[in-house]
Amino acid sequence: MALLSFLFNSKPKTAIAAKERLQVIIARERNGFDGPDFLPALHKELIAVISKYAKVNADDIKISLDRQGNLEVLDVNVVLPDVVPGS
Amino acid sequence: MARIIVVTSGKGGVGKTTSSASFASGLAMRGHKTVVIDFDVGLRNLDLIMGCERRVVYDLINVINNEAGLNQTLIKDKHCDNLFVLPASQTRDKDALSEEGVERVLTELGKMGFEYIVCDSPAGIEHGAVMALTFADEAIIVTNPEVSSVRDSDRILGIIQAKSRRAQNGGEPVKEHLLVTRYVPKRVDAGEMLSYTDVQEILRIPLIGIIPESESVLHASNQGNPAIHIEGSDVSYAYQDVVGRFLGEDLPLRFTHYEKPGLLQRIFRGK
Repeated sequence: MALLSFLFNSKPKTAIAAKERLQVIIARERNGFDGPDFLPALHKELIAVISKYAKVNADDIKISLDRQGNLEVLDVNVVLPDVVPGS
Repeated sequence: MARIIVVTSGKGGVGKTTSSASFASGLAMRGHKTVVIDFDVGLRNLDLIMGCERRVVYDLINVINNEAGLNQTLIKDKHCDNLFVLPASQTRDKDALSEEGVERVLTELGKMGFEYIVCDSPAGIEHGAVMALTFADEAIIVTNPEVSSVRDSDRILGIIQAKSRRAQNGGEPVKEHLLVTRYVPKRVDAGEMLSYTDVQEILRIPLIGIIPESESVLHASNQGNPAIHIEGSDVSYAYQDVVGRFLGEDLPLRFTHYEKPGLLQRIFRGK
């Protein structure tokens, strides 16, 4: 493999990664650094609501804000605890 | 009224002073009476790039503090009769750069008949950089096709849009131009470097030119000649194009495409 890459002089195409990373970070910074300031409050309330129905820890809920093109995507990821059979 | 242009970038080492020197020289070569001011108090280098370091007697802070007049302080360029350099102070504290003082100096330069005032900004987003952009009518944002430079350029654009006089007075905004420097078409083609269209897409401001990476820039600074004077070099043509576009000419981009050398070229290449 090393010989092949030597022969064809193939270097990784990293410019695409640079562009994508820049688009994300600059979109975030233009929106006033750490994103909208309701995120921490939203996080707390989500925990409260979900805790009514399932046993979750604060760490089991992950919230992130990303930008894809012109869309802002709010990603909420909740890991529900394994249900122990018979309990 | 003189037109004030700030050359800025946020990040250091991207080519602000090189670009200020060549841009101001290019304006003067086109017959416009031009002055280029070094705002980097404490770390002046425009004098070295312009090759007038041994003729510095007074500086910008002396003028602001009324210790010297502009006529005594301005240094006439060795190449162009209608180009003058206003050096920064090497010793004083940069807080000496007061907003009132800078405004007064710029107004006086306008009264002296200068058509263009080019402000070479220091790196960073501190006081000196803010003073350089405060009174600008137009801004040239110098950016390398590299992540940290692009991010810092975006940051400095935000500062122009918040802190410049034009922004604060709510009038016509500062006219922004993107200047991509140290561009290597070969690496862009290979997918290793951001293309100028990538940079433009991210920063969303109009492109005024592309300066290719070139050995002549170091030769130029070694000798104290602005790179635009290195005859026959790509960099010289690229800066002349920048000046032309700034003055309203519609010029196609050059030095943005890599042509693969043919077999014979590859065999006979080398020095």
